[in-house]
Amino acid sequence: MQRIGVFVCWCGSNIAATVDVAAVAEAMKNEPGVVYTTDYQYMCSEGGQSRIKQAIKDYNLTGIVVCSCSPRMHEATFRKTAVAAGLNPYMVEIANIREHCSWIHKDKEEATEKAVILARTAVAKLMLNAPLTSGTSPVIKRALVIGGGIAGIQTALDIADAGYEVDIVEKRPTIGGRMAQLDKTFPTLDCAACILTPKMVDAASNEKITLYTYSEVESVKGFVGNFSAKIRKKARFVDATKCTGCAVCTEKCPSRKAKNEFNMGLNNRGAIYIPFAQAIPNVATIDPEYCIHAKTGKCGICQKNCSAGAIDFDQKDEIIEREYGAIVMATGFQPIKLDNFEEFGYAQYPDVVTSLEFERLMNAAGPTKGTLLRPSDLSHPKTLVFVQCVGSRCSADAKDGKPYCSKICCMYTAKHAMLVREKYPDTDVHVFYIDVRTPGKNFDEFQRRAVEQYGVDYIKGMVGKVTKKGDKLMVQGSDLLNNEQITIAADMVILATAIEPDPSAKQIASLLTASIDTNNWMTEAHAKLRPVESPTAGVFLSGVCQGPKDVPETVAQASAAASKVIGLLSKDHMVTNPCVAQSNELLCNGCTTCEKVCPYGAIEYKDKPIVGPGVPRGTIRRVAEVNPAICQGCGACTVACPSGAMDLKGFTNRQIMAEVDAICK
Amino acid sequence: MNFSYYPGCTLKTKAKELDMYARKSAEALGVTMEELENWQCCGAVYPMAEDEIATKLSAVRALAAAKEKKQDLLTLCSACHHVLKRVNDDMKNNEYIRTRANNYLKLDEAYEGETNVVHYLEMLRDTVGFDNLKKAVVNPLKGRKIGAFYGCLLLRPSGVMAFDNAENPTIIEDFIKAIGATPVVFPCRNECCGGYIAMDDKAAAQKQVERIMDSAVEHGAEELITACPLCMYNLDANATCHKLPVRYFTELLAEALGVK
Repeated sequence: MQRIGVFVCWCGSNIAATVDVAAVAEAMKNEPGVVYTTDYQYMCSEGGQSRIKQAIKDYNLTGIVVCSCSPRMHEATFRKTAVAAGLNPYMVEIANIREHCSWIHKDKEEATEKAVILARTAVAKLMLNAPLTSGTSPVIKRALVIGGGIAGIQTALDIADAGYEVDIVEKRPTIGGRMAQLDKTFPTLDCAACILTPKMVDAASNEKITLYTYSEVESVKGFVGNFSAKIRKKARFVDATKCTGCAVCTEKCPSRKAKNEFNMGLNNRGAIYIPFAQAIPNVATIDPEYCIHAKTGKCGICQKNCSAGAIDFDQKDEIIEREYGAIVMATGFQPIKLDNFEEFGYAQYPDVVTSLEFERLMNAAGPTKGTLLRPSDLSHPKTLVFVQCVGSRCSADAKDGKPYCSKICCMYTAKHAMLVREKYPDTDVHVFYIDVRTPGKNFDEFQRRAVEQYGVDYIKGMVGKVTKKGDKLMVQGSDLLNNEQITIAADMVILATAIEPDPSAKQIASLLTASIDTNNWMTEAHAKLRPVESPTAGVFLSGVCQGPKDVPETVAQASAAASKVIGLLSKDHMVTNPCVAQSNELLCNGCTTCEKVCPYGAIEYKDKPIVGPGVPRGTIRRVAEVNPAICQGCGACTVACPSGAMDLKGFTNRQIMAEVDAICK
Repeated sequence: MNFSYYPGCTLKTKAKELDMYARKSAEALGVTMEELENWQCCGAVYPMAEDEIATKLSAVRALAAAKEKKQDLLTLCSACHHVLKRVNDDMKNNEYIRTRANNYLKLDEAYEGETNVVHYLEMLRDTVGFDNLKKAVVNPLKGRKIGAFYGCLLLRPSGVMAFDNAENPTIIEDFIKAIGATPVVFPCRNECCGGYIAMDDKAAAQKQVERIMDSAVEHGAEELITACPLCMYNLDANATCHKLPVRYFTELLAEALGVK
């Protein structure tokens, strides 16, 4: 027979204001198995915990029920308390009378009644609890980082620094990501390439880091500490060990139709190309979609001109299988497509550009070699209009656009405006804004400098329409502070485009069974307290894949993710959750339903000798077997099993039924 | 092809040509327009107040009458189309308005937004088809450079009206092509004509018309067509310089079909 103690927490006034905690403690005295009850102001505090420990000793308790907040908050705390007093940690049950009761009810009488029911339910379950013991599984001391932008690079460098191996998988031919495309970085205006490329070189030369560029993760199996991933290394049709990066082939290639992705399609590149001068690895790649040889079997000009003999038209994709202890998502972002925002005329007028395109137009390695020329006629623009929040902060029922703030636009627009005024003092620069949002160290000072020192004209209001008149773009908008409709004749319009997660994130998240939100950003394990971990154990989040971020914030989060990975990899063994499924082989009829519903591939069917009452000697049956190292205890199989053979330890069918009975009593 | 037809008050007074040529053209195209009996003014302006039911009732009556005849409801005037289409959407999707309107009207069968509201241009596009219209043209308007002035009522709010892409519409340009003329696309074709403030602030209305005319002239339009009596009035009455001739699209349709 269990000897149960019930501990009712006030949580200051969080619970006590709505639930009569003393009445709950009093009511529990009459429950079968309960030998001790009490209430206390903060059960999770030092004082509260020592009361629990003392009661366990004084009353020889075999299990405890804590009526308090959500188990997500303090279950671990109270399990530790129980262990300190010599109990098995799985002899602790939490009745959530805060989130599930006091916070959502107003009437004290009703809330108290409900709290009593919740407490009684936990007692009923605890009556059937059995001590459980955690197992261990080894940790593979290597991390996989998906995405080779500044986030992935920083995470990899930090993990490598701690002495662990890291693989970076990058789908593009080079690492560097979006930051490599930027011209200058706020708020210090240092050149992006100057601060990024040394890190790219560090990553490439670090002996602990392996780069898989032009590669994609195809499948992931396993669990925290023991992942195994298949990586497809796409054929470059260039032998990376021979290519010297001389770039002669890229100049000679006669195919010039491919849009240059690095320059946001503002110019074209060859079918064989190196994305940019500082690309890592500095190796050419053939784009088979545009390669004349790949299409017709003729041409081969690159091959003839390659003095290193690196061109290999017969190269095939390669599949690499590696094992990892931890996986980091660093898949980054892309600007949204603006084709549906026709009021701005982006699709119609070449001089209406996105901010990332503008970044390339200002960059010395860009299509105009850093001289600001407008795309339509390569003339020098005199009047520039920047429009903020294009596609950001849209109402939830808007057909296009995102409901969230893209966070980086206010700062980069101030940067663009300032750089234009600095470089071309003859220009007029206007910025339409809804709000200027510049929190961050030295950020607001930066934006004010654009206004006060550089004379950028900030107009509160949005642009309704951009039309063409002669060679001018007529920008019609409202000036809310002056309460008037204005039209500016501009030479260029720059749209601060909303950002969205890279499209690969959704697919990779589903490979990892990691969750994403309605906007496809990766979900954190806890929005405030565990921001760099995914709810899936062993999967970590680095950079913009989790939500919009600027470079400093991305780097900070990348290092935070790395420290979590290092914490994991530094362990030799992982403690596994003992609340896993178990098959009763006497009841199992071998139907394989559970195997089909298991999202983790933890169930296998095996021929086994069955021994039991009524079973003839020597009987061999095909039955389900759960691999406890892989099982995550989700319980899908226990519900699916038609013969009731599958049970979840710590949440057995009998326990659940006892809870239901207690609620209905 | 039989439609219930809702002409609206303006088509019986100021905008008789819009109605007359539409009827003649429909006949030539084999479309029967059956004018609803006892139709009432649509209310002219869609009432924005959520709890304002009374001013939506006349539109509901017209919609319910078409439902009874099991016909789509054909409209011609932009303002009527706008009101009928939006009230219909309310009756379909807004439970509060639907319940209250039905409680008041006490129809034999509750009206729940079953009727399709079809504008004459949509009928040309979706029922007749611009390809067939082109074949029916006996007098193609060759060489005429026509700008389509959409105004705002047909296009917005784009979700409910679902008429065409509100920022970059093409339906009237496609119509102009079908009758053999050359469409002139100009950026201000989907702007408000300023008609709603013509009484209140004549100068502002004039300025708006000027912008529209300027934009049309600059892009090479030699005449404008519209489906809206209010745009027609305003573009004509408040144009200061650059006065392009403005006509109802149905007049040109009748001309092309040889029934003018």
